[in-house]
Amino acid sequence: MTTEAMPLASNKALQRKLVVFACFLVTALTLIPVVMMILVAFQSDAESMAAKPSFWPSSWHPENLTRAFELVPLGKYLLNTIYFAAGTTILETVTAALAAYAFARLQFPGRTWLFGIYLATLMIPSQVTLIPQFVLVAKLHGIDTWPGMILPHAFTAIGVFLLRQFFLGIPRDYEEAARLDGANRWQAFVRVIVPLAVPAIATLAVFKFIGQWNNLLWPLVISNSDATRTASVGLQVFQDTNGTQWNLLLMAATVTTIPLIVLFFLTQRWFVRGITMSGLGGR
Amino acid sequence: MAVDTAPAVTTPAPSRQTSKPTPRWRGREALTAWLFILPSLIGFLIFTAGPVVAAGVISLLNWNLFSAPTWAGLHNFARLGPDPTFWSALGNTAYFTLVSVPLTIIVSLALALLLNQGVRRVAVFRSLLLLPYATITVAVAFVWIWLYIPHDGLVNAVLGWFGISGPAWLISDNWAMPALILMSVWKSFGFGMVVFLAGLQAIPQQLYEAGRVDGTSPWNSFRHITLPMLSPALFFVIVTSMIGSFQVFDQALIMTNGGPGTRTTTLVMYIYRTGFENYDQGYAAAQSLVLFAFIVVITAGQFLFQRRLVHYDN
Repeated sequence: MTTEAMPLASNKALQRKLVVFACFLVTALTLIPVVMMILVAFQSDAESMAAKPSFWPSSWHPENLTRAFELVPLGKYLLNTIYFAAGTTILETVTAALAAYAFARLQFPGRTWLFGIYLATLMIPSQVTLIPQFVLVAKLHGIDTWPGMILPHAFTAIGVFLLRQFFLGIPRDYEEAARLDGANRWQAFVRVIVPLAVPAIATLAVFKFIGQWNNLLWPLVISNSDATRTASVGLQVFQDTNGTQWNLLLMAATVTTIPLIVLFFLTQRWFVRGITMSGLGGR
Repeated sequence: MAVDTAPAVTTPAPSRQTSKPTPRWRGREALTAWLFILPSLIGFLIFTAGPVVAAGVISLLNWNLFSAPTWAGLHNFARLGPDPTFWSALGNTAYFTLVSVPLTIIVSLALALLLNQGVRRVAVFRSLLLLPYATITVAVAFVWIWLYIPHDGLVNAVLGWFGISGPAWLISDNWAMPALILMSVWKSFGFGMVVFLAGLQAIPQQLYEAGRVDGTSPWNSFRHITLPMLSPALFFVIVTSMIGSFQVFDQALIMTNGGPGTRTTTLVMYIYRTGFENYDQGYAAAQSLVLFAFIVVITAGQFLFQRRLVHYDN
C-alpha cells in the first residue's frame, strides 16, 4: 500500500487511478464486518445457524427486529446507555470548564500543587480506581443506582486538563475588555470564555459521550438489573442467555451500534478535531 | 509519581502575568477561584483521587467485601510471584501489545499516506475508515466471532480461495490471540490514521519541493522529511496505543472469555476475575497497581527514548 501511495510511477494518470482504487479497496475491506453484522441480522433462524454460514440473506426477515426487542429490553438498555453517557458527560464538562477557568486565569494560594494532584491522576488507568470505587459505591448503597453509575466516572482529570490548555490559549485582552465594561469573573467566563471555547468543550463532550457509551467494565460491576443495564452489558447478557442465535444476536448488536454510528456522523467534525487536537496537543 | 508525563501534552501556552492586583483584590480573586473549582474538586477528591490512595491501602488488606478486612502487609504482592495465571496474563498482555501496536501503527500510517495523495473526497474515505473506531466494542466483537467461525466462516472461506485451510481461530491455542489482535487493529487503526493525516497535511510542501530539486528519491524524502516531521504524532500514537493495549479487556471477555485455557486472559480480565468473581479485593488491587507500574515504566521509557528520536520544531 505504501509503495503504490508514493509518487513512484511516471504515468501520473495511472498512478492516480491506482490510488483511488486502493482507497475504495481498503474502505470496502474495513466495512465488511459492519455490513455482515447487518446482513446476518436479517437472515432466517435456520440460515443464520446453519453449519455453513451464509453471507447474503436468501430471504429477508425484518421481524427479527421485534423478536430481538422481545427477548431483551433493548429499548430500555439504549435509554440507560443515554442516561449514563449523557450524565457523565454533562457533569464532567460543566465542572471541568469551571475548574479549568480558575486554573488558567485566577491566582489563588495552592494553585500549583492542586493542579499537580489533578495531573498526577491523569496517567493512572481506570482499573486502579475500579475496586476502591466499587467498594465506595457499595458502602453508600449505590449499586444498581444512577448516582452509583454516573458519579465515579464524572470527575476525571482529563477534562480539567484539556480545557485549561485551551483557555490558556485565549488572549487575556478579550476578557479584560469585558472586565473594564464592569463584568465580574462569572460574567466574563460565561459571556467571553465559554463562547470562545465551544469547539474545545464540544470536543471533550463528544469524546466523553462516545467513550462512556462504549464503557463495559464499570456498568458490568455496578449494574445488576435492567434498571441501569447499558447496551454493552445488555449485549453480553444476551449472548449468555441466547447463545449463538446469530440473527437475533447480531440484530441486537446492530440496534445498539447504529445510534452511535449516527451520532458519530453528526459530530464527526468535533470527533476528528479532538483526535488531531490531542495528537498534536500544544503545537 | 510522574506528574508531567501526560501523553497528550507537549508544551502549554505561556501564561502571561501582566496585571499586578492589590492584596485585597487578590483575596477576593482567591475566593472566586475556589467557587469555580469546588464542584469539580469535591467530586474529584471523592471519586478519583481518593480511590487512587484507597487502592494502595486495599492492596495491603485481605478483604472479600463481606467480612471485616484483615491486615496482609505485602502478602498480596508476594502472591503474584508463584501465581501461574498472573504470569500467563502478563505474558498474554505483552504479546497482545507487542504485536498489535506495531501493526496498528503500520496500518494507520499506510492509510494516512494513501489518503494524503491528493485523493478527491478525502473526508468521505476518512469518515468511513474511522467508522470501526466509533462502534461499540461488544457489538462488533460478536460479528468477529461470526467471521471467525471455524471451517466455513467468512475468514476461512476467503483463505480457502487461496488454498489455505484456516485454523479454528478463537478456540485454537495458537490462533486465538492473533484473532483478537486482528480484530483490535481493525477497531483502532482509525485513531492513528486521523492523527497522522493531520500531521501529514501540516508538513510544509516547500520541504518536498526542495527535495525534488535536489533529486531526492521518494523513499529518501519519506525517511528524511516525512518521518522526522511526523515524529511527534507517531510518538503520541505509540504511547496512547501501548497504554490502551495494556488495558485490553472488552473484546477478550466477549470473544474468547480468556480461553482456550488462559491463552487470552489479559491483565485487566484477571483483575476483574479476582475482584468480582473470586471477591479477593486486596489481591485484585495489588494486581491493578502492578498494571499501573507497567504503564508508568513503558511510558517513562518512551519519553526517554523520545528525546533522541522525536523532532519538535519550536
